[in-house]
Amino acid sequence: MRVSTTVNGTPHVADDVWEGESLLYLLRERFALFGSKNACEQGECGSCSVYLDGTLVCACLVLGGQANGREIVTIEGLDGAKVQQAFVVAGAVQCGFCTPGLVVAAHDLLNRVPNPTDAQIREALAGNICRCTGYAKIIDAVRLAAGSA
Amino acid sequence: MEFFQPATWAEALQMKAAHPEAVPIAGGTDVMVEINLDHQRPAAIMDLNRIRELAEWERYDGMLRIGAGVTYTRLIDELGDRLPGLAMASRTVGSPQIRNRGTVGGNLGTASPAGDAHPPLLATDAIVELASTSGTRHVAIHEFFTGPKRNAMRKDELIAAFLVHPATGPQQFSKVGTRNAMVIAVCSFAVSLDPTHRSVGTGIGSAGPTPLRAPRAEHFIEDVLLDENLWNRKAEVSASALKRFGDLVARAAKPIDDVRGTAAYRRHALAVLARRCMTWAWNDYRLAA
Amino acid sequence: MRIGESVLRPDGPAKARGDFVYSSDLRVDGMLWGATVRSPHPYARIVSIDTMEAGAMPGVKAVLTHQDVPGRNLYGLEIEDQPVLASEVVRYWGEAVALVAAEHPEQARRAAEKLRVEYEVLQPVTDPDYALTSDAPRLHPDGNITRRVKIRHGEADPTADIVVKGEYEIGMQDQAPLGPESGLAIPDGEGGVDLHIATQWLHIDQKQLAGVLGLPPEKVRLTMAGIGGAFGAREDLSMQAHACMLALKTGRPVKISYSRTESFVGHVHRHPGRLIYEHGANRDGRLVYVKARILLDGGAYASSSTAVIANASCFAAGPYRCPNANIDGMVVYTNNPPCGAMRGFGSVQNCYAHEAQMDKLAEALGMDPVELRMRNALETGDEMITGQVIDGPVPVAELLRRVLSMPLPASGEFSGRAGRVLDGLVPQGEGGDVELTSRPGGVSNATHGESVVRGVGYAVGFKNIGYSEGFDDYSTARVRLSVADGRPRVEVHTASAEVGQGLVTVQAQIAATEIGVTDVVVLNADTRVGSSGSSSASRQTYITGGAVKAASEAVRERVLELAQSELRAASGLRIENDAVVDAVGNQVIALATLLGDAVIDETREFRPRRTHHLDPETGQANAHMQYAFAAHRAVVDVDTELGLIKVVELATAQDVGKAINPIAVQGQLEGGAAQGLGLAVMEEIQVKDGVIRNASFTDYLLPTILDMPPVRMDILELGDPNSPYGLKGVGEPPTISSGPAIVAAIRAATGREITRVPVRPHDLTL
Repeated sequence: MRVSTTVNGTPHVADDVWEGESLLYLLRERFALFGSKNACEQGECGSCSVYLDGTLVCACLVLGGQANGREIVTIEGLDGAKVQQAFVVAGAVQCGFCTPGLVVAAHDLLNRVPNPTDAQIREALAGNICRCTGYAKIIDAVRLAAGSA
Repeated sequence: MEFFQPATWAEALQMKAAHPEAVPIAGGTDVMVEINLDHQRPAAIMDLNRIRELAEWERYDGMLRIGAGVTYTRLIDELGDRLPGLAMASRTVGSPQIRNRGTVGGNLGTASPAGDAHPPLLATDAIVELASTSGTRHVAIHEFFTGPKRNAMRKDELIAAFLVHPATGPQQFSKVGTRNAMVIAVCSFAVSLDPTHRSVGTGIGSAGPTPLRAPRAEHFIEDVLLDENLWNRKAEVSASALKRFGDLVARAAKPIDDVRGTAAYRRHALAVLARRCMTWAWNDYRLAA
Repeated sequence: MRIGESVLRPDGPAKARGDFVYSSDLRVDGMLWGATVRSPHPYARIVSIDTMEAGAMPGVKAVLTHQDVPGRNLYGLEIEDQPVLASEVVRYWGEAVALVAAEHPEQARRAAEKLRVEYEVLQPVTDPDYALTSDAPRLHPDGNITRRVKIRHGEADPTADIVVKGEYEIGMQDQAPLGPESGLAIPDGEGGVDLHIATQWLHIDQKQLAGVLGLPPEKVRLTMAGIGGAFGAREDLSMQAHACMLALKTGRPVKISYSRTESFVGHVHRHPGRLIYEHGANRDGRLVYVKARILLDGGAYASSSTAVIANASCFAAGPYRCPNANIDGMVVYTNNPPCGAMRGFGSVQNCYAHEAQMDKLAEALGMDPVELRMRNALETGDEMITGQVIDGPVPVAELLRRVLSMPLPASGEFSGRAGRVLDGLVPQGEGGDVELTSRPGGVSNATHGESVVRGVGYAVGFKNIGYSEGFDDYSTARVRLSVADGRPRVEVHTASAEVGQGLVTVQAQIAATEIGVTDVVVLNADTRVGSSGSSSASRQTYITGGAVKAASEAVRERVLELAQSELRAASGLRIENDAVVDAVGNQVIALATLLGDAVIDETREFRPRRTHHLDPETGQANAHMQYAFAAHRAVVDVDTELGLIKVVELATAQDVGKAINPIAVQGQLEGGAAQGLGLAVMEEIQVKDGVIRNASFTDYLLPTILDMPPVRMDILELGDPNSPYGLKGVGEPPTISSGPAIVAAIRAATGREITRVPVRPHDLTL
């Protein structure tokens, strides 16, 4: 089947899509946007976090066809320089596989809550698993991004 | 695999009638896991995201009629004050990303004994609205779950909505998981106090082949509250009565050993959760202005 | 950019933008997707394999079985005992049996489903104690004992005033790196192959692949792709040989990328263990002896089991002075999932046991547990139970003193207010009320403070840095200085794996420091340069850092020679900030001017001091070249009725010798502790009858940001006289004693004797 969607402001079309392909697969393998990561493909790690019509979702849990006509924003198209910079400066990036998803999720949090408490940061990022950092520097990064607003 | 994308509810019902094998998908939080991990290859999938009325809620005959496609996030944000138990349960569902997509309709469709929405729905006597081209029918929640991941739906039906009374009193929800976030319930419990009807509702999750109620526990505590005139006196419920309530809830469970916990622990934990939830809810009632 | 400064990682921006290319992000036009057919049985004889139907499926370009393995169908890190594709027998659930390549991954999966394998199912050996008996079937030609390590130190039958005994069980932990096993093999059209891969050691992969593919090593070229974490999971081959075989067979590039479920069977795990201990001490608390029987379940294949059991045995007594020891360490073959390397490598399992024993001993003596540890703490010049006299700083007591003296977090003051949980239910993201998220169970709303008891526990651990037992530990670095765009530029090239730990930054810092040049680029790792050894054993900053240092020094010397001969300058020249300066710091000549078109290119190997094999009868030897130590204090709230745990704080002190990049060191201490926490309270691969029951992130639980507390850190830089810059390996000690400290805290809170990790709610309540 064909899937037409807007990704990062640009129309994207994929043909001969197998009906079982996820939005994550479309983004990565058909649109070559590899920033959304394929760590668990079951919604348990947040590494593929994207915006779907402005809502934070796991791209692995959106069926490709469901993205038809929708607006997707991925890490590649995020106005996330502030958050991205904060992650780098705070030392919140190690292997980095979780980082794009965390950046998108932190961006979403800061859009809604510009100055989150630590407890709010933790609850908002609970769906993003990081195996390297132990999270301390991720919390630092979100605080830093909030402070540099 | 076929992919259907009805634009309207009527169209969806017609498609389901024509393709009863089609698996409905809304938030994808169950269906997509099955597909991604290659556990399931449905012959057809029907996307319900385009159907506007599924994502709406309204007042309906003294109840709230909540479209099957309303997400957990919206339940918390928009209905948390009227459905506190369901909102508390919703808050424990997955992560923000999951709550932004997942729906109670999907929870009901999957009918997992561990579904977080089920205990509060049981505790509040919710009604599930099923629809097909041959009409609409209402199924009481306690008749909806028929077995592990099985429910009372016919092949040609879709879940339109669920109906639930806005809370008239305190509600509580508690769940045990071996992680402090994003965890499937080892067991869970919901309680709802209805001061208007002097009744207490319960719901048990993840401790039986289906979500369960604990009728004996409900009757017991209702009797205690009435016999001791506690609804009016707003006095404390005795520790022994609360413990007994917990024990009766535990006894209502039919747990098994599985990868998330043992049957014995589930019974034990349910007794604790039930006692605590009842205590908190009752204190809320007593201390409310 | 100099060593000792917190330097931001050069790959950070690309990783944060999503531009960094990991092995699962590789893609070339015309590539095929590989899928692996795996055994549904933990132990079975293969009667027949029929590929006809699979081969006829849409999009399929190749179906391969053991008959298609071009070289030797055996590989392994230490013992070649594992087939690339099972031929006669499968020894674990999920063992690779056949391969499919197809145009689309779904076509490959569907074809894999159509492969017909007839099995004669055998009764699996799933109990490691049973595997030792004569009744058990021999799973490998040499029997079921992969290695036995005996340590006999001091008297044969010592006696002591106080004796404590204990039996401990450790569950199987998964490394769970977020990046799945994945890579892209591209045939070169001349019989060779280029493999783009995320691995911990390119050259050991190359060596094994050459054997398996029947090719000379130069025909199997490896290039490092971005690595999404490793922690030991990428030491063994996973899909490497499979992708290469499919690429060579089809003549097309082949990508394989495991799903999370497949990843659980696609790499080795941390060994589960059963440890039986007996400690004897004098009334004053001094250890007299330690006896231990350590049994690790290595699963179906050896992987690095033989080295893991050596560590588990050598460090069985913990970082304590103990004149007499009798340790029997055994690792056995079973039909459980294969186990091998994971951060801590044999020192994690025994730390749970020896630290539990120390607490038990303290109680028996009526002594403070930290005091007891300090009284027995190893010091410089002490003899270990292997007979090795430990040199360099050995700050065991000092580390304990430091964690002991750190302030404790405020005690949990729960308001006890009932039912105000909805206070937190303001719109999403604005929730996060401190009260609920800080309690055991978090937003699950399991307690409002009822039955919550706080406990504090301490633990200390240690392990070796680098390879041991005579294994030739070395790394190779090529450092090249040239002028680019009018500025001097240094390129550092090694084959070392940047797994996330920050090796790429450290290499640049060392080169910048040694050469005095500001523009340093670390090239991507590949097999065009000599081996670096693996990114494991906390060794890379030491060994590859040492190689980069040596090559950089060589480059520097050549620059200074050049300056001296060109300028006839006096001696005492140095390089600073891209210029040659004299003894008082005045610029003599800009490097760019001095060099012109010249290129200075030096390659060096670096080796630390030698190690020696353990004596097979006594286990006595200088088997290790450096030791690293850490201590942890854990503060834990336990809901004693429900058995739910909230780790409130971890505090740690660790001697890192010299912090080359302090921000990265902190990241290692925090991240390593998180993995320790995981094993202590939630992470376990549950295996029943040889089958993994929780091969997904839904049921294999990793700590979330709501589980991992803040880590209070005290980083000591005591300087090891034997190592480059005095540094010590950093990565593993945080994972060793963090978990045992948490379990000690849970014991303190509950009064229960906890003998098994991970601690499960039912262990604390029923």
